[in-house]
Amino acid sequence: MNIGVVVFPGSNCDHDCQHVFRDVLGQDVTMVWHKETTLTGLDAVILPGGFSYGDYLRTGAIARFSPVMGAVKKYAADGGLVLGICNGFQILLEAGLLPGAMLRNQSLHFICNDVHVRVENAATPFTNACKPGQVLKIPIAHADGNYYTDPVTLAGLQANAQIVLRYCSPDGKVTSGANPNGSLDNIAGIRNAAGNVLGLMPHPERCAESVLGNDDGRLILSSVVEGIKKRPVGV
Amino acid sequence: MKAKIHVTLKQGILDPQGKAIEHALDSLGFKHAANVRVGKYMELDIAEQDKAKAEAEVKAMCEKLLANTIIEEYRYELQ
Repeated sequence: MNIGVVVFPGSNCDHDCQHVFRDVLGQDVTMVWHKETTLTGLDAVILPGGFSYGDYLRTGAIARFSPVMGAVKKYAADGGLVLGICNGFQILLEAGLLPGAMLRNQSLHFICNDVHVRVENAATPFTNACKPGQVLKIPIAHADGNYYTDPVTLAGLQANAQIVLRYCSPDGKVTSGANPNGSLDNIAGIRNAAGNVLGLMPHPERCAESVLGNDDGRLILSSVVEGIKKRPVGV
Repeated sequence: MKAKIHVTLKQGILDPQGKAIEHALDSLGFKHAANVRVGKYMELDIAEQDKAKAEAEVKAMCEKLLANTIIEEYRYELQ
């Protein structure tokens, strides 16, 4: 399998993603420079975390106009798997591949901490290795992760099981106290209506090996590998 | 022609920076300040003499890039 990791100017989790998919999960990885305009031969595309274009104007606002994003849009429209992590999630929102927008964290702080998230939908190509309701401990590292959308869109996300991960307490309770950034409905990760695009704020690539003391993130990234196997041929 | 563009969070969307500034003003004794909203100010030169065309262009810039209309609103003046 060949996993594409897009590299924007200012991406800084691209090599972590490469390391986990290649060295931990044993897959081929292609680094895709943001000036590329085609994505051929890739089984999934990762938009990694970082500070693309210095977060100027708004997080993800400039990166979404990178040449590669035209190809990512087409790739997603054709049913390919697209995973956006942290800044990658912010780019997917700005690009309109996922609904909503990110506001500054309610505390105004950049938060770099382990948090707990509950798997609300385990029947996705990004969570199939998890059990429904499973609690994962994964770090977040962001200043703009306070997810917002209008009430109609939120109701749609809820009704269609598009909310895939929600911030929760260590024992799996979704409470305002467990919400690190003020995110609407404790949203940590959402998928699109078609189910082939996921954005999440936590960083699974930072906790995918037991030598690091936590390998919960491996469940998300190994789900992608399993998810590819279950895709219809040719997509 | 010069365009002066203001982008702010929509009314009803919590502005934590505005709140922090409001609390700071309050603690400095400015008891009459309320509803602080923080935004961005941008100005740019636009090589277009026709005011209507320039306005259409600035509006398109705001819609496409300068503001995220899910959470922000914008206004501009042309001189």
